Amino acid sequence: MTQDFSAVAELMHDETITHSFTKDVALPSGKTLVLLTLDNGLDHKKPTTLGPNGLLELHAALEKQAARAKAGEIHGLAITGKPYFLIAGADLSAVTRLSAPEQATAMATLGHRAYALLADLGVPTFAFTNGLALGGGLEIALACTYRTVSTAAGALGLPEAFLGLIPGWAGVYRLPRLIGPENALQVMVENPLNNNRTLSGPAAYKLGVADALFEPADFIESSVAFADGVLSGDIEVKRENSVDPSDPEVARRWLQAADKAEQFVDAKLSGAAPAPYKVLEVFRQGLKLTQKESAELEIQALTELMATNQFKNTVYAFLELVQKRGKRPAGAPNAKLARPVTKVGVVGAGLMASQLALLFVRKLNVPVIITDLDQSRIDKGLAYIHGEIDKLHGKGRMSQDAVNRAKALVSGSVTKEVFADADFVIEAVFEELNVKKQVFAEVEAVVSPECILATNTSSLSVTEMGRDLLHPERLVGFHFFNPVAVMPLLEIAATQWTNETTVATAFALGKNLRKTTVRTKDATAFVVNRVLLRLMSEVQAAFDEGTDAQTADTALTPMGLPMTPFTLLAMVGLPVAQHVNESLNASFGDRFAVSENLGKLVDAKITSLWAKDGNGQPMLDPAAQALLSFGGKPSTKDEILTRVQNALAEEIGLLLSEGVVAEAADVDLCMITGAGWPMHLGGITPYLDQVGASERVNGKKFNS
Amino acid sequence: MSVNTSTVPGNAHTSLDDRDVVFIDGVRTPFGKAGEKGIYHGTRADDLAVKAVRGLLRRNPEIPAEKIDEIAMAATTQTGDQGLTIGRTVGLLSGIPKSVPGFAIDRMCAGAMTAVTSLAGGIAFGSYDVAIAGGVEHMGNHPMGEGADPNPRFLSEKIVDPQALNMGNTAENLHDRFPEITKERADSYAVASQNKLARAYENNQIQPDLVAVAAQRPGEGWAVNTVDEPPRPGTSLESLAELRTPFRAHGRVTAGNAAGLNDGATAAMLASGAAVRELGLTPKMRMVSFAFAGVEPDVMGYGPVPATEKALSKAGLSITDIGLFEINEAFAVQVLSFLDFYNIAQDDERVNRYGGAIAVGHPLASSGVRLMTQLARQFEEDHTVRYGITTMCIGLGMGGTVIWENPNHAEFGAKA
Repeated sequence: MTQDFSAVAELMHDETITHSFTKDVALPSGKTLVLLTLDNGLDHKKPTTLGPNGLLELHAALEKQAARAKAGEIHGLAITGKPYFLIAGADLSAVTRLSAPEQATAMATLGHRAYALLADLGVPTFAFTNGLALGGGLEIALACTYRTVSTAAGALGLPEAFLGLIPGWAGVYRLPRLIGPENALQVMVENPLNNNRTLSGPAAYKLGVADALFEPADFIESSVAFADGVLSGDIEVKRENSVDPSDPEVARRWLQAADKAEQFVDAKLSGAAPAPYKVLEVFRQGLKLTQKESAELEIQALTELMATNQFKNTVYAFLELVQKRGKRPAGAPNAKLARPVTKVGVVGAGLMASQLALLFVRKLNVPVIITDLDQSRIDKGLAYIHGEIDKLHGKGRMSQDAVNRAKALVSGSVTKEVFADADFVIEAVFEELNVKKQVFAEVEAVVSPECILATNTSSLSVTEMGRDLLHPERLVGFHFFNPVAVMPLLEIAATQWTNETTVATAFALGKNLRKTTVRTKDATAFVVNRVLLRLMSEVQAAFDEGTDAQTADTALTPMGLPMTPFTLLAMVGLPVAQHVNESLNASFGDRFAVSENLGKLVDAKITSLWAKDGNGQPMLDPAAQALLSFGGKPSTKDEILTRVQNALAEEIGLLLSEGVVAEAADVDLCMITGAGWPMHLGGITPYLDQVGASERVNGKKFNS
Repeated sequence: MSVNTSTVPGNAHTSLDDRDVVFIDGVRTPFGKAGEKGIYHGTRADDLAVKAVRGLLRRNPEIPAEKIDEIAMAATTQTGDQGLTIGRTVGLLSGIPKSVPGFAIDRMCAGAMTAVTSLAGGIAFGSYDVAIAGGVEHMGNHPMGEGADPNPRFLSEKIVDPQALNMGNTAENLHDRFPEITKERADSYAVASQNKLARAYENNQIQPDLVAVAAQRPGEGWAVNTVDEPPRPGTSLESLAELRTPFRAHGRVTAGNAAGLNDGATAAMLASGAAVRELGLTPKMRMVSFAFAGVEPDVMGYGPVPATEKALSKAGLSITDIGLFEINEAFAVQVLSFLDFYNIAQDDERVNRYGGAIAVGHPLASSGVRLMTQLARQFEEDHTVRYGITTMCIGLGMGGTVIWENPNHAEFGAKA
């Protein structure tokens, strides 16, 4: 190789190297196929990834085979992986170490060098996509002349746009040519931004990503036979979706698809993260470029993007939060302390209670009993649960046997006697302290002294609920987010009395419910609602002060939050938001100002500030407008953005100094999994550091 | 598939009774050497069996998988990757519909043979029409005798000489019983076995019935195995003479005149005469009779003699009616004792035309179907032969023999 990559290789001296093992395979036709296996020698829990040293080894192995191809010793080369993986992608931990632009360029260039050999080895090349192939993993396959894929290949995709990069090892160039521009943008742009969706093996085959689909039991054998057929001319590969960009009609489709994708990205991000736009930029230019010309652009784009905060934040959110902290929650007691939960009681039969009951029965498969004051509410709750179970059955996500089992496990009662042998009773009744205290007193009269009592309160004091209990040590805050089945976060709040067995059981239960658990102190509104409400009350205040609604509601667009403040307000429900804000105001004072305007809307039972005008465009609801009164101090968007950034830095700083959670990373994890805040903000604290808010308000950054 | 339809006899469909048992096809994995150096080190036994069964199904597309009535899969050690009722697990892992049942069988070396005869009984009785029989042994994953706990009564009541639990000892015992079977004769037989296998490979008589197996050894990339690992072509008498006799000082049995320790799997498709007609199948062999018999455990290698006597008697045939022999070569001495009994020369060209286990290997419970697959191919090659036998010795003093009729023979179906 002419370029020297030793510096970047040395940077990853401790890389878990994915090796390139080669073996000759004598084909039935008499030809010789080289089978190259990518394997890091570790089991399936340690996916194979490509760092600089692994890429150098791959490059060397391919160069050797290129020489053999030239000498006529081999007729083809196939690349495959260890069980369950082709390659999970570039080594992200390596990528995060590339601090200087020239290092980023070297890493980007290195991938192109190795993959270029696969594209032009002198003999046809094949990718036997036996398993997971993401990012650089799928791009390896795309570089080959032909591809097979296993029906069991777990996930195929180009998630770079999600991570803050582009599929810059020629994926952005090759995929649209192979499967058409529309399909390619679905894979490269839409899927990454839709919760990082991936393709199954059969779906990839259907799109034309692979030329043949084989079952896993003898996938490699079948793929080798396919390769022999192709090399011998017995099998003719047809690619119905492939396109030639020099065709004017294709060029038209190409640009049209890019425009459509750009609208999609705008709707998702409003320009808050650069990567998806960069994908589209390189995609558009690639239309008229050769692969080598595009490669230069791709390397340049990767170099730029690797230096962006959005990329660094996403990698932090993905590696440090979702993959590590989310799986090993800070402050969780030893799991061995947890007691088994074999029966669950839910006090209440309203929508939240019913959602909880449904989740418990689906994930725990134990008896779940809901109680309420009268049979008609219970019947309504049970009907909701049964309806949801039937919907899951309709979608094929529950078998008839599982439906029967789940329905048989859920029951209702108008008395709490049925909780006598429950191990865990959670209340989801009206948010009123005295109501909840009375509920727990009644429950405590029935259950065993060890039965855990939990509250799903969003803003009341768990401590106060426990004050009059005989056994306050078994009370814990167990706070879900709406919709319960979708939002991953569960805040687990311990009071001064809560014992470790109770906390351990709560964490074990959270894990069994497949939730991301975070331990918080019992402080009003815990983490997510406190941060969200602080944000909303700042925007509300700016609005009340005289900023027009449009300006107030779009001021935070540069952050790329999942929805605008007023949309969020409508979704949470104005009365609920007002109630939580009152609790926060009672605890923390005027940082959470109670808006008179909001009060008026609640009293008038108005559910949203926004209505639609005659053209379907959003407009301030005239009924709301009539009720509201404004000050004379309007703000600009920039002023509001800064105000919110500062307020968030202040609130999170206070929250941390109060010890509500262990570290800033816990706040970030909460905002990502509980509020759906974007990874390109790193949750929130990396963003606040980067925009200077942390230092402006607290005199220091949250993260060093 | 290499069946030349022009050679299918016109009377095969009409001359079969509904409950006749026929051998439709057989395949196997390439055999490997057991142990850390072998090609299947790091490969699971059940995966080997799956490869064989899927290869068999691919070669016989006219048989819909849901038509299969039973899967009998043999393994000598039925734990770990050979446990959990391997006939059932292999069916599930092969993608055969869950409605198709399966079971596990053990008769040590004759596992696959017993799988065939058990299913044959079911076919003859009318319980099955199409069935898969096979065997697997990964002797690297499951060393011989692993986990065995012989009853102390074997010793105290002299039921089985403890020495007889070691197969090598029983082979030495057989040399004692038949002093005329010298080490030189055994070695010479072994050399011939290697040579015959090498020739069969040259003539492409082995490869067509092998299923390619991709396997990944620890620390290496995937390899695709398409040939047997154990053969040592070019083995000479001189080189064999130098080998140790591990079972007895100055003994006669060596690694060179015995089968090795091996990994591999086999699978065969059996059908009833009725199924042959319904599905338009092409039988390769018709089962004439089978028999198992016992001998003293300390000379277990003699088992094929009484088993063959019994099978011939049940068929109403004599040894002179048999035109081809596929006898398992656990040890050369055991084959020679059989040939001597019937006054057949040890280089008789009817015997093990493609060589035998001494050359190709003997993954215990899998071998019976290998014998049948090879006999079937020889039937196709040689239409002058009407009857052939597959026979093998079995640990703890047994033998098994199956007699087959060649559908390509002019008199096929004419009842004897």
